[in-house]
Amino acid sequence: MNIVKVGMADLNVASSPDKLRTTGLGSCVGVALYDKTTKIGGLAHVMLPSSTLNKGELNPAKYADTAIPKLVENMERKGANRKRLVAKMAGGSQMFTFSSSSDIMRIGPRNVEACKDALNKVGIRLLVEDTGGNWGRTIEIDCSTGILQVRTVNQGVKDI
Amino acid sequence: MKLFNYGEFQFDVLKEVGNIGAGNATTALSKLISKEIDMKVPLVNIVSFDDIANFVGGDEMVVVSVYLRILGDVPGNMFFIMSVDAAKSLVKELTGIQPSQGDFSDMELSAISEMGNILIGSYLSSLADFTKLNMQPSVPSVAIDMAGAVLSHGLIEASRSGDYALAIDTEFLEGNEQVNGHFFLLPNPNSLEKLFSALGVPVE
Repeated sequence: MNIVKVGMADLNVASSPDKLRTTGLGSCVGVALYDKTTKIGGLAHVMLPSSTLNKGELNPAKYADTAIPKLVENMERKGANRKRLVAKMAGGSQMFTFSSSSDIMRIGPRNVEACKDALNKVGIRLLVEDTGGNWGRTIEIDCSTGILQVRTVNQGVKDI
Repeated sequence: MKLFNYGEFQFDVLKEVGNIGAGNATTALSKLISKEIDMKVPLVNIVSFDDIANFVGGDEMVVVSVYLRILGDVPGNMFFIMSVDAAKSLVKELTGIQPSQGDFSDMELSAISEMGNILIGSYLSSLADFTKLNMQPSVPSVAIDMAGAVLSHGLIEASRSGDYALAIDTEFLEGNEQVNGHFFLLPNPNSLEKLFSALGVPVE
């Protein structure tokens, strides 16, 4: 069993018995896709809601609207079937609270919304989410089971 | 990568920026707790997002952080980051309150926030004096959590134009008590040119 690391603004695909892990999600959202039949999993670490914010060269893994289609594509290339894919996601917190609710400060909830829209667009059902709050998360999807483990500093560990 | 097309000279200037800012901040800290504080030579680095938390012990390292946004001519982000132990002992030296076991009390959090406010305030005001630029700190906010989750907040603006950020990191330490911490200045990418032009530094 290997643990495949997914960095910030990055995505990757693995299959059973390997796991995919991304650490230190704050306002970023981790979107995990899974195909139960082929036991292929995919994980994206999304930083920003929309690629329309992009200036310069585009890294599709960074934005919700480009990361999710790209992840589906990469998983299909490995043998997963788009019709069987289901999604789980975690993150999108507000690490710091300010009285002014500027757009930058609300980036976590906006990321969560954008990921849901992007999943809708590709027709993938969101099974469960652990989003919001004001704490960081580290997540790991086990490609042999599809279970997403969410670890936090003060809120314990849970499997979703 | 066009964004950070800077040479050694520009980096030296940014090091000096870190030196002046953090120098004033550590002097302020030293006065607050009446102890001598040493400061390391600032590190100016173009870091990939994945590496940024390595300065403070990795993505999942639990850190105490005070975060302020810089408003005005050169928008950016500023962090004051310490380990949990360092924060507890600094609060003790500052307030004389015995540290609570486990979680931080409201009193301790408030002291950390105020300390961050004073130190980052003196960092920025010395820079503003030096550059004659308008730099105002936002109100401070405290988070105690994984370093990756905390620092990524300062990368949001930079992430729109690349997968790298320019970080000016200055570490300080108090001799034998092993109290140490970091000041992180993350200017927004388009703030750098304003900073350089205010200092009369040519940029290609």
